Amino acid sequence: MRRRRGVGYYLSQVAFAILVVLVFIYLVFPFFWAISSSLKTPNELFATPLVYWPPIPQWHNYVEVFTAQPFAHNLLNSLVVAGLTTLLALLIGGTAAYALGRIRFGGKRTIFYGILGVSMFPQIAILGGMFVLIRTLHFYNTWWGLILSYMVFTLPFTVWVLTSFVREIPRELEEAAFVDGATPVQSLLRVLLPVMAPGLVTAGLLAFIQAWNEFLFALTFTVDNHARTVPVAIALFSGASQYVLPWAQIMAASVIVTVPLIILVLIFQQRIVAGLTAGAVKG
Amino acid sequence: MQQTAIEAKRRRGGRGMSLERRRARTAWLFLAPSLIVILLVAGYPLFRTIQLSFTQTSLLQFPLKSHVVGFLNYKFLLQDSQWWHSVLNTVVFTVVSVGIETVLGLGIAMLVNAKFPGRGAMRTAMLIPWAIPTVVSAQMWRWMYNDVYGVINDIFMKLHLTDKAYAWLANPKLMMPAVISVDVWKTTPFMALLLLAGLQSIPGELYEAGRVDGANPWQNFVRVTLPLLRPALLVALIFRTLDALRVFDAIYVMTGTNPNTMSMAVYARQQLVDFGALGYGSAMSVGIFVIIGLFVVAYVVSLGVEVD
Repeated sequence: MRRRRGVGYYLSQVAFAILVVLVFIYLVFPFFWAISSSLKTPNELFATPLVYWPPIPQWHNYVEVFTAQPFAHNLLNSLVVAGLTTLLALLIGGTAAYALGRIRFGGKRTIFYGILGVSMFPQIAILGGMFVLIRTLHFYNTWWGLILSYMVFTLPFTVWVLTSFVREIPRELEEAAFVDGATPVQSLLRVLLPVMAPGLVTAGLLAFIQAWNEFLFALTFTVDNHARTVPVAIALFSGASQYVLPWAQIMAASVIVTVPLIILVLIFQQRIVAGLTAGAVKG
Repeated sequence: MQQTAIEAKRRRGGRGMSLERRRARTAWLFLAPSLIVILLVAGYPLFRTIQLSFTQTSLLQFPLKSHVVGFLNYKFLLQDSQWWHSVLNTVVFTVVSVGIETVLGLGIAMLVNAKFPGRGAMRTAMLIPWAIPTVVSAQMWRWMYNDVYGVINDIFMKLHLTDKAYAWLANPKLMMPAVISVDVWKTTPFMALLLLAGLQSIPGELYEAGRVDGANPWQNFVRVTLPLLRPALLVALIFRTLDALRVFDAIYVMTGTNPNTMSMAVYARQQLVDFGALGYGSAMSVGIFVIIGLFVVAYVVSLGVEVD
């Protein structure tokens, strides 16, 4: 069955295409502008009329991020903090998710709601108490202070995403293992873990992004570049004078931290969307 | 659950452990590390924050010296006009940004739900604002908003939307809209992705049926799409609301502690850290906790998330 396609049809197609292009530009323009700015010389950066793309892209801002700023150290801090936070959350949260997704026991509902509630905790609501905890443990201005405090949002989130994955795994798999005389720990390690791998990747990726992007705790629990992470460094970048912000360097640093995230997103986009819609939804 | 308890009771006299009890023991063993960590990083700080809110304590001295002042901090809080102003700012920010994000997100979701060449690239582009750290997006926009060298003024003037350059982040009337626009840019695509998942679960036959009945696209949207999208819409709305109520990063980076845009979280941190008022700041934290807690309870109750 073929309907006749009139002028109206083609007009609506063109309108649709224009709309798509506009939305696309809206989404990517700020990032394009950051890249363009990061490749400019100071003269191009502060030129009127504006230069939309530098005729000869300059890389010196990327070099200066590492020479004029302690950015390499900030990157290391971020990698260690986000990496260890993710590993710990997966390790601790994985077993909890197995219990919540698989085993029937009294009090499960309460625990699940409790964890769900904690995952929505506003960080600011515990800032004072967390500060005291970190000072008491002598974790102030260290990686450990950040890793510990990041557990408050990554762990419940991980448990939640993983629980929804565990529930999807067919019960027969485990029953077969059980019949073969496997203990719960064995069935978790040998049977469930391989099947759970996609879930672990998704949950881990989302936890990593959360920890990598975190700002409030990192700003409050660090005092200098010893443990300062990338978001704090980018927020506090300062130039030669107090009043002139090194915009080109800030943009270069912004591109540096965003590109790995975009690559991760490109590789894992199906999984990310699945993970976000599976259960947990935090931006 | 009840049945398990009865069975457990029945078998308590027997030798060895019943399967149920063994299972329960394993479950608690598996849960233990998570529960301990959550008690340590959420339970204890929350308890300490509440405790501190009844004291006057300076953050600058450690070990802390605090003396109990009863409800004095809360009395101050109720009379603190800056606090109420920041509550109002937060509510305005939340209502306006979540409102725009929902409408715009729904539009983009429906756009991407249609089949067209380049749809994959579009979806990837949608994940970019979501993946960018909030601080980075705030800095990127801050540079774009620059009054002299900002690209926003340039584009707006080229399109004849404005006739002069504005200081978007310094003008008291423009600050809040400017900050909200950044939040809209960053989270609309995310909203759209959530709604897209909802849209894709709507069977195509329903639209087919609508077309046979002679429904126009608008009728299809109102009678088919919206009702079926309700659950997804509700989840997305509530999560975004909770997220927006605790907004800190974007506002702190773009406009600092300027009273015109200061959110509850920015004000509480200013008291806690910049002024070192651990007692008063904690009372404010508890206030925020109560306000957001009400939303969380409403969320859990209204959605009735299923466990089994």
